[in-house]
Amino acid sequence: MRTILEHRLASIPVMTVIVLVLPLLFPSGYYYRVAALVLVFALAAIGLNLLMGLAGQVSLGHAGFMGIGAYAVAIGPAHLGVPSWLSFILGAALSALVAYLVGRPILRLKGHYLAVATLGFGLLLAIVFNNEAGLTGGPDGMPVPRLVLFAWPLRGPDTWYWITAASFLIGATLALNLIESPTGRALRAIHDSEVAARTLGVDVARKKLAIFVLSAVYASVAGSYFALLNGHITPDISGFLRSIELVAMVVLGGMGSIAGSLVGAALLVVLPQTLTVLHDYEHMVLGLIVMAVMIFLRAGIVPTVANALVRRI
Amino acid sequence: MPELLQFTFSGLTVGAVYALVALGFTLIYNASDVINFAQGEFVMLGGMTTVFLGLAGVPLPLAACLAIVLTVIVGLALHRFAIEPARGASAVVLIIITIGASIFLRGAAQVVFDKRFHSLPSWFGNDPIRFGGAAILPQSLVVLAGAVMIVLLLWVFIDRTLLGKAIVATAANRLAARLVGINTRRIVGLSFAISAAIGAVAGILIAPITLTSYDVGTLLALKGFAAAMLGGMGSALGAVVGGLLLGLLEAFAAGYLSSQYKDAVAFLVILAVLLAMPRGLFGRASVERV
Repeated sequence: MRTILEHRLASIPVMTVIVLVLPLLFPSGYYYRVAALVLVFALAAIGLNLLMGLAGQVSLGHAGFMGIGAYAVAIGPAHLGVPSWLSFILGAALSALVAYLVGRPILRLKGHYLAVATLGFGLLLAIVFNNEAGLTGGPDGMPVPRLVLFAWPLRGPDTWYWITAASFLIGATLALNLIESPTGRALRAIHDSEVAARTLGVDVARKKLAIFVLSAVYASVAGSYFALLNGHITPDISGFLRSIELVAMVVLGGMGSIAGSLVGAALLVVLPQTLTVLHDYEHMVLGLIVMAVMIFLRAGIVPTVANALVRRI
Repeated sequence: MPELLQFTFSGLTVGAVYALVALGFTLIYNASDVINFAQGEFVMLGGMTTVFLGLAGVPLPLAACLAIVLTVIVGLALHRFAIEPARGASAVVLIIITIGASIFLRGAAQVVFDKRFHSLPSWFGNDPIRFGGAAILPQSLVVLAGAVMIVLLLWVFIDRTLLGKAIVATAANRLAARLVGINTRRIVGLSFAISAAIGAVAGILIAPITLTSYDVGTLLALKGFAAAMLGGMGSALGAVVGGLLLGLLEAFAAGYLSSQYKDAVAFLVILAVLLAMPRGLFGRASVERV
């Protein structure tokens, strides 16, 4: 039992079953929409989790990459005549390129200094999206054309639910495999001590850059999905609060835990939706819940619960 | 030339507030390694509480004092009920806790106060003082004088009193401080109280110029954090210099380049500084132990 539970891909079948069974409980399209949003943010959180939980590098600007992906599928078809699906791929490629160029200098910074540098980067992108109104529609945002695949327009929250679910499961499997690969081990060594990792022959700068680029691609893909799902996009997608939200998802769910990213995303997407019944008290309760989870489950929700379960067995 | 003077003054005014927020970050960080993202909420609480006590008929000077007391109580509560129970948790967990606290405080302000913008009357009227062709608001001078006084008071407190030296000792080495009989828990609580007071004063001083509302804290926390990092985390001098520099950068960028891209210019400069000096302007070099 233990060996099964501790297999690196153990969480994949569990998450697959959840994703397949959950729609049976959905009474309306609204639930599909919220669930698809959860999966989109979970995908972005997985990418950030690889960077933060695995490699130990903080990014407070990851929403910037979501913005690149989101505006790619909006601007590509609207202004440049590039089909949506191609814009989607080009957006991911552009995010990777930007991450590569930005990551080279700023990943030399450590800890809080890296945090402020990535924060500045995310803010720069948000400012550009806000001010280049001719291209992006400015603070009001712009509509996102529907994705058409083989003359088949994708519409309806349930369609998007299955697309995002498949993407999430693929993303999660890739991430879990990466964690147990030699690169994953090298990154964990960097997390513990860069000097020690370097002494062991790990090319620290290169590995950090690689994981930064990969996490940017995750965020960009999530951003594109978010834009296509919403049909409208505003600069908020790459704002500071969005970046903070992504970090909070990773930490609440559990740093280094891929299933945790799903739980963290679910918590922070679903909670505000349900707390609206509290009207004015919404933010107070949200803040209290975030604090309480971190104080009582400081390793994050999934690792704490998993540890408790494994100890039982 | 008058332009330059004008931008310098508006930059210094905003910069003084950033400097006070950054100072609050630095105090708490030194005592406890916590980056307190609720620091901006202290500024909001100071301004908003004064406004609403004033509306309730309390004379403004008394309202300001009460606002500072209330903010200090909130700071102490934050330490006692959110930071203290999570002692020993990793840095990023503590950051998320303070972010949770800032969401909570913003939500509470929304309920207790309201969602509108408010202003306080200027201390010495609104007639600008002409100086070398530039028009300076009297309140700007109040902000600058207030900031200078806080920095001086803080310096005297830290450098000349036993309690202040206990803060320095705790910042330098917590275990050693405990060994010589310093109650480090209480020192950390004290640093939260002082940071809250500094934030509240900043909020009260700046409210007549920039207005205040329940959500001014986020942006200030962000700018204060950036200023503290620009100066070098953990350095009080760095926090003040970083704050003033950030304010000046924004004012010059807004005046000479583009007001839309002023934040962009400020952050580009911060990035450039950090790439050249990875520990900020006044940060200490650290050695990683393996």
